[in-house]
Amino acid sequence: MIVGERKPLAEIAELLEPFRKILVLGCGTCVTVCLAGGEKEAAETASALAVLRKKAGKEAEIDTQTMVRQCEYEFIDEDKDKLDNYDAILSLACGVGVQTMTTRLPEKIIMPGLNTTFMGYPLEQGVWTENCLGCGDCELGLTMGICPITRCSKSMMNGPCGGSQEEKCEVSKDVDCAWHLIYERLLKLGMAGRMAVIQPPKNWATSHHGGPRTSVREDVRLENGK
Amino acid sequence: MKTESNLEKMFNAGHFAVTGELGPPKSANLETTLHHAEEMRNHVDAYNITDNQTAIVRTSSIGVAANLVQRGMEPVVQMTCRDRNRICLQADLLGAVSFGALNFLCLQGDHGNFGNETGCKNVYDLDSTQLIQAVKNMRDDGVFVGGDKLEHPLPKVFIGAVANPFADPFEYRALRLAKKIAAGAEFVQTQCIFDLDRFEKWMEQVRELGLHKKVKIMGGVTPIKSVGAARYMQNNVSGMIVPEELVQRIKGAEDKKKEGLNFAIETIKRLQEIEGVHGVHIMAIAWEEIVPEIVERAGLYPRPAVN
Repeated sequence: MIVGERKPLAEIAELLEPFRKILVLGCGTCVTVCLAGGEKEAAETASALAVLRKKAGKEAEIDTQTMVRQCEYEFIDEDKDKLDNYDAILSLACGVGVQTMTTRLPEKIIMPGLNTTFMGYPLEQGVWTENCLGCGDCELGLTMGICPITRCSKSMMNGPCGGSQEEKCEVSKDVDCAWHLIYERLLKLGMAGRMAVIQPPKNWATSHHGGPRTSVREDVRLENGK
Repeated sequence: MKTESNLEKMFNAGHFAVTGELGPPKSANLETTLHHAEEMRNHVDAYNITDNQTAIVRTSSIGVAANLVQRGMEPVVQMTCRDRNRICLQADLLGAVSFGALNFLCLQGDHGNFGNETGCKNVYDLDSTQLIQAVKNMRDDGVFVGGDKLEHPLPKVFIGAVANPFADPFEYRALRLAKKIAAGAEFVQTQCIFDLDRFEKWMEQVRELGLHKKVKIMGGVTPIKSVGAARYMQNNVSGMIVPEELVQRIKGAEDKKKEGLNFAIETIKRLQEIEGVHGVHIMAIAWEEIVPEIVERAGLYPRPAVN
């Protein structure tokens, strides 16, 4: 899923400083699950912001709502009428939601309330970890399910660097060395021979390095692209 | 233009090679760096120049290399994958060859969050193995990574890599060297050796795989100047092992500097006895002026002449 973290309240307050009627809009999918931008976080953010504005002597009218998903026109259109009459909307969706909203409702001002951090999963209660960079050319079949592009700090394709010690990455003792994990896994699976195969330079053009990406499925596309 | 580097000739003549490390400064004033280079001129076969080591901005490795070549000194140009994509790495290689650099050491590079530009974008377009292969393909097949052809053949550059016997998984480290050799590495420089037992175990694995016959191995040696320096390397430098026993030995010595120096010389003497070790790379960081004494006391002076 997409993982996010709420921006510091001071930064949110600064973004919303010129506006009086504000809607804090939660998003009901990924960021609800990662406890960053769902209904509960929208309510908390709204009340904290109200207190801050009052203290600053610049009171604001702040409401909250939550949309099923801010990243699909279908759901935006469903709730569109409820979004009128606000000077600004603080979106607690990920960057995808903020931009989909802006594209669909260009007359409205949509401000980001979250920092979209990564694609990952909950490691344990309250801890999420990144495990996919969306490179557009999945390598997990080579490394048997552990991504060297995402989980190696240097995105190495041919084994661990000289900074791997005691199973940890040189960047931090809190980060596992992805190549140590891959090596152990390949050994267990009887596939250690794969470590000797030289992987050629990666084609990064399938990733963001090729420019913003669009995915087209002609087989499910409607006529005129609608 | 020369067709073979002095360093390569030294190996081919069967001599135990000696290189010295030069760390460029955080300015464009190379006076001190070049002074150090002059101090060891008669004691090393080539100078290995670091490439923004520990991710700290400095004069480029290639910039210093150009200055050395002008003075008739031979550089080993370090090239890390951290700061440059394949376009720039290949372009810089051509640029360095154009002024006469022939030795290139291809490495991954310390991660950017170690240095003085922690907000930088780490590139890592190629990894170290792929960079080695890219240089080999440019030289042997006249092609760039993307398949385009060089307009003129590349002179015979000498391709280096690094190896770290002190990193993990330990049992994979000799195989990792084998992979780099398969990619095109012809000489290899190791991480600083303080744990000789572990180094010898690694060399056993290297010999079992027959790698010592396919690549020239230079052991990395750093003289320790103080207990503080030893502790710093023990705790803060990635991929290093400084045994506690060694720290205690220096701590217990009356003249700590002298003891650190003695250990470095002992290490080099021991390296000369190990089958498959073909040279030493002396990294006297912030103690460059000691290099001539180390080389002399290790019995490696005068340096042989090769043609």
